[in-house]
Amino acid sequence: MRRAAPALVWAYAILLYGFIFLPVIMLVLFSFQATMFPVPPFTGPSLRWYETVLGDERLMSSLVNSLILAAITSIIAVVLGFLAAYGLARFRMPGGAFLRSLITAPLTVSYLIIGMGLNILFNQLAMPKSLIAAGVGHVVINLPLCFAIIYSQMGEHHVAIERAARDLGAKDWQVLAYITAPMLWPALFASFFLSMTFSWDEFVIAFLLTRFETTLPVEIWNLLRSGLTPKTNAIGSVVFAVSVILVLILELVVLRRRTP
Amino acid sequence: MTEALAIVRNVSHRFGDAFVLRDVSVEVLAGSYTVLLGPSGSGKTTLLSILGGFITPSEGQVVIAGEDCTFVPPAQRPTTTVFQDYALFPHMSVLANVAFGLKMRKIERKTRHARALDMLGLVGLDQAARKRPHELSGGQRQRVALARALVVEPKVLLLDEPLGALDLKLRRQMQDELKAIQKRVGTAFVHVTHDQEEAMALADQVVVMNEGRIVDGGAPEQVYARPRSRFSAGFMGESTIFRGKIIEANDERLLVMTPLGKLTAHGAAKAGDEIELAIRPENMKLQGNREAWLHLGRAKVTDVIFQGGFKRVIAVSDSMPPVQMILRVPSQEGIRIKEHVDLYCRPVDLVLLSE
Repeated sequence: MRRAAPALVWAYAILLYGFIFLPVIMLVLFSFQATMFPVPPFTGPSLRWYETVLGDERLMSSLVNSLILAAITSIIAVVLGFLAAYGLARFRMPGGAFLRSLITAPLTVSYLIIGMGLNILFNQLAMPKSLIAAGVGHVVINLPLCFAIIYSQMGEHHVAIERAARDLGAKDWQVLAYITAPMLWPALFASFFLSMTFSWDEFVIAFLLTRFETTLPVEIWNLLRSGLTPKTNAIGSVVFAVSVILVLILELVVLRRRTP
Repeated sequence: MTEALAIVRNVSHRFGDAFVLRDVSVEVLAGSYTVLLGPSGSGKTTLLSILGGFITPSEGQVVIAGEDCTFVPPAQRPTTTVFQDYALFPHMSVLANVAFGLKMRKIERKTRHARALDMLGLVGLDQAARKRPHELSGGQRQRVALARALVVEPKVLLLDEPLGALDLKLRRQMQDELKAIQKRVGTAFVHVTHDQEEAMALADQVVVMNEGRIVDGGAPEQVYARPRSRFSAGFMGESTIFRGKIIEANDERLLVMTPLGKLTAHGAAKAGDEIELAIRPENMKLQGNREAWLHLGRAKVTDVIFQGGFKRVIAVSDSMPPVQMILRVPSQEGIRIKEHVDLYCRPVDLVLLSE
């Protein structure tokens, strides 16, 4: 039994990680397929499908769209989340607790509902489907997240430090810019990158709110409708790689650097 | 008559229904060192916050350098504060911390760094200019906070228990340095503490507070030698305190009936008044000239505590009701517990407590 235990544990671990990562491994592996179909046997390695992807203008422009959309909506979500967190953490107001839970409520609403809601709203306003419309949706889903992260890091001990800055002559915006934001830098950075990763591979809202110019996940979906080729594997691997890079930056810069 | 630099006039403050300050008035002279002394909850920190502009008093007025500052926010007052926990900016270097106030005053980079370095030199930390606050010891952080507050040349520097977080030895050392720095810069310091030794060592003027009121004030020597209230007699140093009733009052010369016998004292009171008297421990002796000294009766020694340079002796008088007597005797005195002793003091050392 004693000897069996580690073996069982290992077997369980391999099964578990296999369950989680096998689809990704398969996706990446068959992106290097040399032949037309992403099914065994493996005929690679070959970079021909990556060449096809890089040569596909629609895919590349949607990739750039996705990156820009993720960056801009994340900046907006972080700035708005920071200001909201500052306001609710530093000033007592009637219904403050209610406002706080209201602002984080969208975290529990499905993207489908948010996307449909915005779709109907924009229809009413006669606002055409566009990347900007999808951007609004991404701010809606990421703002609560940024708010929650930043709010949780606004410690009471920061209050005294902000008061000291004010005592030395800093105006409100100067306190925010020189003291509060730099002290919260890890939280701001973390929420920015998390928000980037969420926006980067968000599909439903982008699908519902964009038409001609669209984001990479929607473009991939279009591609999938015309059947599976290793090309879809290649672009999927690119999406995965960008997500990994974002998470690595987050891990290296924020989580490792956290001062005790 | 020179006008005081900062004047707190009839200030009261309430948090909700509870009074934290009741009709408090203080004057701070230019270049002086004022210490607000009191136990926690006495309102001393609230008073400091009112001077600094962090709290607007419910009633009363604050005048600093001739201007009514009652409703002026901290940033626009000629005051800066050294906070209890220092509140240094953790993400900035020591130099940037000190230069921050100058930056807010739009002083050009080169000049402000030069001035910040000068001020760091004054507190002996110019070598640490590039370090971050978390790399410094408690005493060093304290100096950075001091330099940061002083560099903008406030008219009044407010210090909120600045030595409270330091250990005893460092506290005494920083205390001497604070006094030296204050003398050099000539700024008026207002310092809050509950440590009476600190207060006596630093203050030109000590303001003793209790339960939101000022119960005593003046030069520390005077407050120590002639405490006005029972509270300050017990808080600033210790005292033997007992009740008495005036039987004769003749031009401030009083004859008082006390449990320790009929004693003569000085002070403003009239016959029939119930009063309290206090004697400092070092003024109470085991021997005395029966003619000129007051005999305080016999007492039984209950405790002898060796304190290095002297022994602190606690005794209970044989009188009814008994009075707890506290005195100091030289270390070499062979006094023992349960021994009976005669106690004496000079009439001038018998202090009438008016409040």
